[in-house]
Amino acid sequence: MKKITRRGLLKRGAVAAAAATLPLSLVEISWGKGSAQNFTFAYISDSHLTHIKGTKFVRNFDKGLKKAVMECNFMSPKPDFVIYGGDLAQLGKKEELEHGLEIMSKLRHPVRWVIGEHDFYLDLGRFWEDKISKTTYSFDHKGVHFVVLNSILTYDSWIKRWKTPEERMANMARLDNPNGSPFMVGDRQIQWLKKDLARVSKDTPIVVMSHSPLYKIFKPWNFWTDDAEKVQAVLKPFKKVTVLHGHVHQILYNQIGSITFEAMMSTAWPWPYPVSYIKKPNQIPKITVFMNRADPFHERDATGWSILNLENGRVTNHYKLWENKDRILRYDERLGYPVDTLYQNPANRIPPQEHY
Amino acid sequence: MKKIVAAICIAVALGMFGAFAAQADEFTKKDLEKWNKEFMSVVKEGERLFHSALGKNKVSCDMCHPNGANTHPETYPKFQKQIGKVVALRDMINWCIQNPLEGDPLKLDDPKMIALEAYITYERKGKPLDPGKH
Repeated sequence: MKKITRRGLLKRGAVAAAAATLPLSLVEISWGKGSAQNFTFAYISDSHLTHIKGTKFVRNFDKGLKKAVMECNFMSPKPDFVIYGGDLAQLGKKEELEHGLEIMSKLRHPVRWVIGEHDFYLDLGRFWEDKISKTTYSFDHKGVHFVVLNSILTYDSWIKRWKTPEERMANMARLDNPNGSPFMVGDRQIQWLKKDLARVSKDTPIVVMSHSPLYKIFKPWNFWTDDAEKVQAVLKPFKKVTVLHGHVHQILYNQIGSITFEAMMSTAWPWPYPVSYIKKPNQIPKITVFMNRADPFHERDATGWSILNLENGRVTNHYKLWENKDRILRYDERLGYPVDTLYQNPANRIPPQEHY
Repeated sequence: MKKIVAAICIAVALGMFGAFAAQADEFTKKDLEKWNKEFMSVVKEGERLFHSALGKNKVSCDMCHPNGANTHPETYPKFQKQIGKVVALRDMINWCIQNPLEGDPLKLDDPKMIALEAYITYERKGKPLDPGKH
């Protein structure tokens, strides 16, 4: 064993102190034994690029995605890959998806794609599947099994009720639409999921990526997947399961049995928490400490993206918030659910986190 | 004849007086229904405007405020820290039309402004007034 000297101790202490004050993106992180299992990836979601006409797009939303792409490119250590969490487009238009692909092409890292309802309901996913990605697939990375699901499917009767694809898209795009329809994964994909997971050992960490949350929060805004329980039942036997989802444009996390759920930020705009709509009851998870109420005068406030560290099969989620202090969610082995490293303690919470 | 005319005049006068008295403070269920219908038609128009592109970039109010949430109409007028003075809800509606929606502000008495206020406050119905709250 190397002799510990006073000088060595001081030196090491100084390095540790420096590391503690450096921004995360400049720190090489290693986590104990078996560091081969630990890695970093990034998550960008919900950019809602909106075509105005010709070559004009909504400036504000373009800016969000461009900023996330630029910051991802500066990440150190480099992420192994970047996940795009869905809703690249606002109305599923070819112009919007192509514009999104162009911005995303500046990323220096491989991208894995998840489809959102705004990408899907104009042409029912045709452009996406032809030019961007499959919508249901899995892959293995450094001992973790990743699964991507298309969770924004819905009932055939609803799909068929509209006269034109544009009408269908516009009705799905409106979040508070009383004529909307709940999302679902569908039996076909659930059968596929069962088969896919059959070859995976129960102690292999699983990360599932879907656009909508695979649990039920608030039906009027489709913070909801209608057959979520069926999907959860397939995931239940696995010891470490994390579901990462977009759609809700806010910090949101939950734990149901062995499954941890974490929402990703939008690069475009924040949604309110359902508690802010007093006319309908909601099932907002009690463990979530809300993000700050957005300041609309700061265009990028309450938007952002995430750096995720896989540590021994658990996700540590660094919310990169552009106009606020970053938030860090870490799975607490003792409590058995993810906690905010600063704000989980009620004594540390601040007035902007109150939503009403 | 004169008596008859006088009687008619008195009857008309009384009738008018009676009618005025009734108009001042009496209304029927039918009246209430009618007024509510009028109000709800303006709420409906407000809902339509709230979900349409009021500016020049296709962005609509509901994209950030589904069901008008996070507008907090019951807290206005209040000190709006970003503007540095006490403002009304309609000032904030115009701010949103001018900035995220990249449009021209509405006149404060524009029927569209009234309709937007009607929808926003209707979605918040029952919430106690709390002017000044942040």
